[in-house]
Amino acid sequence: MTVLAMASRDAPKAAIEPPAASLRGVTRHYRFPGGAKTLHALGPIDLDLRQGEFFSVVGPSGCGKSTLLDVLAGLNPPSEGTASFEGKPIAGVPDGIGVVFQEDASFPWLTVEANVAFGLKRAGIGQAEIDRRVDYAVGFMGLRDFRQSYPAQLSGGMRQRVCIARTLVLQPRLILLDEPFGALDQQTRLIMGDELLRLWRETRATVLLITHSLDEAAMLADRVGVMSARPGLFIDIIETGWPSDRDSRIVADPRFGEMTGRIWEKLRTETMKHMQTQGAGPR
Amino acid sequence: MSSKVLASKTMASKTLPSRTLPGEALRNIVPPIVLALVLILCWQGLHLATASGAISSPAATLARLVVLMGSGRFWLDVAETGTAFAWALVLSIVLGIGLGVALALLRPVGEVMEPILVTFYSLPKVTLYPLVLLIFGLGMPAKIAFGIMHGLVPITLLTRNAITQLKPVYLRTAKVMRLSAFEAVRSVVLPAIIPELVAGIRIGFSLSLLGVLIGEMFASKRGLGFTAVNAMGLGDLDTIMAIGVFLALFAVLANGGLLSLERAIRHRSAGR
Repeated sequence: MTVLAMASRDAPKAAIEPPAASLRGVTRHYRFPGGAKTLHALGPIDLDLRQGEFFSVVGPSGCGKSTLLDVLAGLNPPSEGTASFEGKPIAGVPDGIGVVFQEDASFPWLTVEANVAFGLKRAGIGQAEIDRRVDYAVGFMGLRDFRQSYPAQLSGGMRQRVCIARTLVLQPRLILLDEPFGALDQQTRLIMGDELLRLWRETRATVLLITHSLDEAAMLADRVGVMSARPGLFIDIIETGWPSDRDSRIVADPRFGEMTGRIWEKLRTETMKHMQTQGAGPR
Repeated sequence: MSSKVLASKTMASKTLPSRTLPGEALRNIVPPIVLALVLILCWQGLHLATASGAISSPAATLARLVVLMGSGRFWLDVAETGTAFAWALVLSIVLGIGLGVALALLRPVGEVMEPILVTFYSLPKVTLYPLVLLIFGLGMPAKIAFGIMHGLVPITLLTRNAITQLKPVYLRTAKVMRLSAFEAVRSVVLPAIIPELVAGIRIGFSLSLLGVLIGEMFASKRGLGFTAVNAMGLGDLDTIMAIGVFLALFAVLANGGLLSLERAIRHRSAGR
């Protein structure tokens, strides 16, 4: 493991507290339809997510990043190995995990307010508490003026904010983000990254972010996991050592360039491997 | 940059539709009126062209319709047909949506059933009418069954297709919200497919009405279908045409209402 010579805010804590979530020898194989052949998509993976850390995952396309997230979310059981959340094996979606997907998952038939309150209503929470949490979340995500708007009336970035707010109100202890800003332009991504860091600091939740963007991974995370081409394995986990009160201005720090360079160095070989298997390698 | 500033910045140029202006209202109303006038002129032309009087004139039809609407018997027929149609439509909607959801969720069963339903849909249902009579006998149940046979399949197929084409992320969201299968269908799947459901109901509406009328024509002593066939036997062209116009006006108005509803829902969900 590569560790920058900077102290992470969570380094002493990590040694004491049990991990928020763990993967032990996790693999995932997919069976091709109608055949005996299987595709080895992931693993074996061993990973401990520390309590309250921000962990980013980068890797070539098709390396199993989203599969990893699905296993942690309980959406997809591992073929081998065990996944656990707060010490308990994951079977189905556990209570306390929130997921934000890459695609726009806002419900177009509901207003912003009703979208945000959706999970709370189904969880049987009292109306007063729903109102309080929704009010906080829409304010936090800058949606107060759009409470009665429908998603079709919002931009892509704002719709993604609605989805984040919908997850936020459920007060998850582990937030899984699957390329949530993938469809946004670079400037909006930076701003959304700041919002995400603010959210993380405020909630003290553990965050796992899947991303294709090296800048995003390096800017947001305490640790960056670099995955190999399929079957996805962690070839390195890099500690960024950024202070917890960081924001997007860190991209101007000379150490940021060093960090992204370090991640790219690890990732380059794997990306080329992936391109060659896809028949698009450099000549 | 504050959240508010970003929100304003990222707020799309999409804005709420402005209120319909009088000019726009005219643009919506004038074409149907012009179309209706053209149809009436064509109808009059056909009446004049068929010298034997095979087609009643618009004026004679209207006069007969006014007389019919003043008689108690006509409204009894309307009530009879309306009751059979209402039952057929409600049952087609409930069974069609239920069956469509089931066939979408049980994917292998759905893949087997779809071609069977399409084949059934393309069959002339009249050929199955003896079977319906054997099962239900003469009367209301047979008419309702015949209406369902016409309306059920399109609603089922459109419901199934709408669910199979649903964005997978909605179902994944339902899962991470830990909704039960029933709750996911009720609060995510059904609201998500409402525009397609309304379209299916619109088609099912017309076909159910057609089925009930055909049922009345073949084996009934009451209802608008029976009255029309009876008039045909008596060579009473004005009555046949008057009933046709009455049914057409009802179907056009109801269909227009459902179409407006469908458009309103689709407009609201236009960002999908």
